[in-house]
Parts: sequence; C-alpha cells; structure tokens
Amino acid sequence: MLILYIITVLLLGSSLLVNPHKTSRALQVAFQRFMKIAPAFLGMLVLVAVALYLVPDHLLVRVLARENKWIAMGSALGFGSVSIMPGFIAFPLCGILLDRGALYMVLSAFSTTLMMVGVVTFPLEKTYLGAWLALSRNAVSFIIAAVVTIATGLFFGELP
Amino acid sequence: MKILKQHPWAVGVGALFSIFMLGSLYTGFAPGEAIGRNFLSFLGQMFKVLPPIFILIGLFDVWVKTETVEKHLGHGSGPLSYLWAVLLAGTAVGGLHVALPIAHALYVKRAKLGIVLVFLSAAGICRVPMTLFEASFLGWRFTCIRFAVSLPLVVFSSAVVGCWFDRRRYRLPDSVING
Repeated sequence: MLILYIITVLLLGSSLLVNPHKTSRALQVAFQRFMKIAPAFLGMLVLVAVALYLVPDHLLVRVLARENKWIAMGSALGFGSVSIMPGFIAFPLCGILLDRGALYMVLSAFSTTLMMVGVVTFPLEKTYLGAWLALSRNAVSFIIAAVVTIATGLFFGELP
Repeated sequence: MKILKQHPWAVGVGALFSIFMLGSLYTGFAPGEAIGRNFLSFLGQMFKVLPPIFILIGLFDVWVKTETVEKHLGHGSGPLSYLWAVLLAGTAVGGLHVALPIAHALYVKRAKLGIVLVFLSAAGICRVPMTLFEASFLGWRFTCIRFAVSLPLVVFSSAVVGCWFDRRRYRLPDSVING
C-alpha cells in the first residue's frame, strides 16, 4: 500500500515539474471520474457489508471443512462467487480452514471464485462493462474456477 | 435527479441502507450495528486505495498517447499484448473493483476488449503481493498449480470472448467518463 503512495507522489511530482497545466488536467480527470463512479462504489460497499454479515467466518468454517467433499466444494464455489473479500482477510481465513481440515480443492474453489467472480460487485462491473460483457466475464470466470478446483483436487490426490 | 438516472440501484440501496442504519442506531439493533461497522471499515479501505488509483488514471489519461496504447494493446497488436496485460495486472493493487476503472481507462485509450478482460481477470489471480501472501498461508504447491491452470485459461477465454464482442461492435458504456 505504501509503495502505491510513493509511486503516485513521484509520478505526480515529476508531472508537475514537466507540465503544470497537464497535471492540473490530470487531477481534474481523476476527480471527475471518481465522482462519476462514487455512488456505484458506495452501493457495492453496502452489499459487501451485508453479505459478510450474513456469512460470518464461523459459518464458513463449519460448511467448508465438512466431511462430504462435494458439498464443501459446491458451497465454496457459491460463497466465493457471492462475496468479495480483501486478500488480508481471505488468506488468513483460508489458513484457518486448512487447519480445520478443509481440502485444498475446497480452498482453491473458494479463493479463485472470491477473486474472479463477484455477485455483489456485479452492479459496479455493469456500470463499467455493460450488462452483457459483465455477465459473460463472470460466467466464464466461474467455469475457469471450477476447472482450477478440479485440477487442484487431482493434483493433491483429493479426487476422485 | 441526474444521479438517480445514472445509478438507480445505488441510490435505492443507499436509501434503504440509510434508513436501516438510522433505525438500528436508534433501537440498538445489534446486527445493524455490526453491518454498519463492516461498512465503515470497507469505506476506510476504499478511501485509502482509490484516491491514488484515480490520480494515476488521470496522469495516464493525460500523458499516455492513444496511439501508444493502441499499437501495443489495441487491434492489430500481436499475442505479446496479452503478456503485457498479465504483467500489468500483476502489479495491480486491490481487487476487481479497483481493476475496473483502470481497465476502463485502458479501453478509452483503445485497448481491445480481449486485453481489458485479461487485465480484469488476471488482476484477480496473479497480483504479486497477494500471491506472496497466499503462498505463505497455503504453500507454494497450491499457488503454482492455481497459476498453471488458471492463467492460460484466462488468456484464452478472454481473447475469445473479446473477439466475439468486438465482432458485434460492442462498446463499453461511456457514462462513467462523461455524460
């Protein structure tokens, strides 16, 4: 995160030195685009906040570390698709799941869909990509996540 | 009124949420307070990530020539363009929601749709800091197999879907930059 700030300040500084006029236009562009999308971002945050409350960590652990691997895998794909989660919450959670006996393929299903498929981010994605492209991207990503899950299962000897 | 027209769902969700929050605070409804805390913590993170990202997008918009992006990432650019998109995504921060405005900025500079899609999905699966984090919790074997399987699939499928939409002259909405 710090590195992002350092890069931004360095680039903004050099831009300012080379051409102050262009730099002020860049800031205008930044501000306008940010304000245009801010409502969609806030809406997404509300959905994420509600989704994370409805699916608390202990419920995830109980469902994803189950005996029946098919149910665990299916729910991992489902939970992962609905929500998005910052990496610093998601991976420690995966670590806990692993300790509680969750299979690698279940974690693969969960983390891959978490990062690539987003039901709660869909309205935001739709604003940027349009409904059709957003829908196609999510559908294709879900299939890829399923393939990755099966590959992980085969590789770690958890399947068949 | 303009905001209602552009983001009807966001305004609706926001209004419901505000009423729910006020009600929860007033009555001390515990789940409502928990959701409120979630919301505030995410909001805090957004305010940390988004300002630098949008400033970088602004600088990109002003300084980088459309022809440059078009030549390397646009129509007529070779297979190498997908490699650039993956590398670019590797340095991205945040999740899909942060990658979206960046991908759209690339599109405005005439990157092709396939590239936009590769960037979005690759930003999900192979961001460098996130990968290090993942490997430390789940092991390198896990991360390697995930990469080896998902990355080729992402590039291939994005190229196909991108071509398909391009051929139908699909345009991304431009309401997020003007109008």
